[in-house]
Amino acid sequence: MVVKKIFAYTYIYLVLLFLYLPVFYLIVFSFTDSSFAGQWSGFSLELYPRLFQDKEIMVALGNTLIIAALSSLLSTLIGTLGAIGIFYCKKGVRHFLENINQINVVNAEIVIAMSLTVMFVFVGQKFFGGNSIFSFWTLLIGHCCLSVPFVYLNVKPKIQQMDPALYEAALDLGSTPNQAIHKVIIPQIIPGIMAALLLSFTLSLDDFIVTAFTRGSGLLSGGAQIETLSTLVQSKIKKGAVPPELRALTTIIFLIVLTIVIAYSIRVNIKAKGQKKLGKSHADKRLSFNA
Amino acid sequence: MRYKIARQSLALPFTLFLVLFVLIPIFFIVYYAFTDSNGNFTWQAFSSFFTSTTKLNVLLVSILIGIFNTVICLLISFPLSYILANPKYNKNYVLVMFFVMPMWINFVLRTGALRDLLSVFLGWCGTTTGEHPLFCTMVGMVINYIPFTVLPLYSTMLKLDHSQIEAAQDLGCNGIQTFTRSIIPQAMPGIISASMMVFMPTISSYVISDTLSEGQIMLFGNSIYLSFSNSDWNGGSFMSLIMLLIIFVVMLGTRKFQGNDEERSAAW
Repeated sequence: MVVKKIFAYTYIYLVLLFLYLPVFYLIVFSFTDSSFAGQWSGFSLELYPRLFQDKEIMVALGNTLIIAALSSLLSTLIGTLGAIGIFYCKKGVRHFLENINQINVVNAEIVIAMSLTVMFVFVGQKFFGGNSIFSFWTLLIGHCCLSVPFVYLNVKPKIQQMDPALYEAALDLGSTPNQAIHKVIIPQIIPGIMAALLLSFTLSLDDFIVTAFTRGSGLLSGGAQIETLSTLVQSKIKKGAVPPELRALTTIIFLIVLTIVIAYSIRVNIKAKGQKKLGKSHADKRLSFNA
Repeated sequence: MRYKIARQSLALPFTLFLVLFVLIPIFFIVYYAFTDSNGNFTWQAFSSFFTSTTKLNVLLVSILIGIFNTVICLLISFPLSYILANPKYNKNYVLVMFFVMPMWINFVLRTGALRDLLSVFLGWCGTTTGEHPLFCTMVGMVINYIPFTVLPLYSTMLKLDHSQIEAAQDLGCNGIQTFTRSIIPQAMPGIISASMMVFMPTISSYVISDTLSEGQIMLFGNSIYLSFSNSDWNGGSFMSLIMLLIIFVVMLGTRKFQGNDEERSAAW
């Protein structure tokens, strides 16, 4: 048993090491100011202030965050309202819409990007006198296309778990339909909405293909094409090694993500422990309720 | 009844969004795939794709690399998820999260880092990344897609019926038989959805193969990207259509094994 356990843990940590090797590599060399990671020219924190003075990176970072924030808010709004509305639709309509929703869940990112691009090209040629309509708005639509289907899939189960009588009860007790949605439905499904928001934010942050296809000029990039972190890094690594300032950025991103993951896991662990204690009585209650 | 109509109308923006930005763009792909630059119907893109050995080669190589990558990722993640989901070894959820965490660090940055790391490593071995494009691309693919396989496998492993496994052992199965006859069939939905998460994105990936093979390995995604940068909308649309068909066929083929949608989205 002990041998087995040692073997299992060795395996787990070896795979983890493999997964994090590239990231750790950048992090280690973010504490030296050599131009190429892999060359140690003495300990230095020089790269961190340099990162914040690098205008190009800061603009790209700003763009990335703005787009991620806007697209995640917008797609969460569309997807959540959609999930609520569809739940009350007739079966045929629901199945039809769910099937369309499924398209972008299974579709390749590059096909989504290409299909939007040819549509925008067509619209530009036919309705805007041959002018390009690629802009911040097309980019925003592209990012929403990635995340709206997943918002729907995250919120739907929460609505299904909800007691359908609650909404009617709220109406009977004198609230308007709007109030019933605000004060009864939304609070019930808020965990699903938060998960959807987080998911669409991360989908947008990490995206390269859709951004590269659907972007135009605007935002912090001004008259030039919008650069996000992904497109900027891609154009840099095409020419050579990862720029030194980005090593410092990697460390910062890693620390932020690590903090979130640990905080989240602690919450999950606490919840799991709480459920273990309460588990039995809860199950009893549910049984008696169903009976 | 009045309330019902009010609630259904909430789905209006969602429906409009799906129709405008999911359905109609797909019609545009079909339209562009079978027209020329003047908008007349033509088989040009069709015939130039199926008569070009380079393009067919790209498709074949992509599918092979896709299968190869899926198999490697599954081989690594299967035992991993089994251990992670087994309370005898692991009770800590944070360890599972660590396997998913790389997904939240910008993947272009990770790919660039890997390229630099590999060039240092191969430099020690006396060669360069340019001389081993396939090796570098595969390492990049595996590193990038392992996190996508861990979560679906982990969530099915949590649901493994351990009494069935014990029963199989009691009834005389040896280790291998227990594995192939009890564990594998039970984990099948997870295996299928993990394979989907790897296979399709691998075929259509662009950044990983472009960066790590230094442009030497063309995958289907690279070819579509190339026609995008050349503004070849007709050729690009036709290839996207092929990609769409592949996805459709694979989805139909695996439909009966597919776990429910919630599992897929939970994997994200």
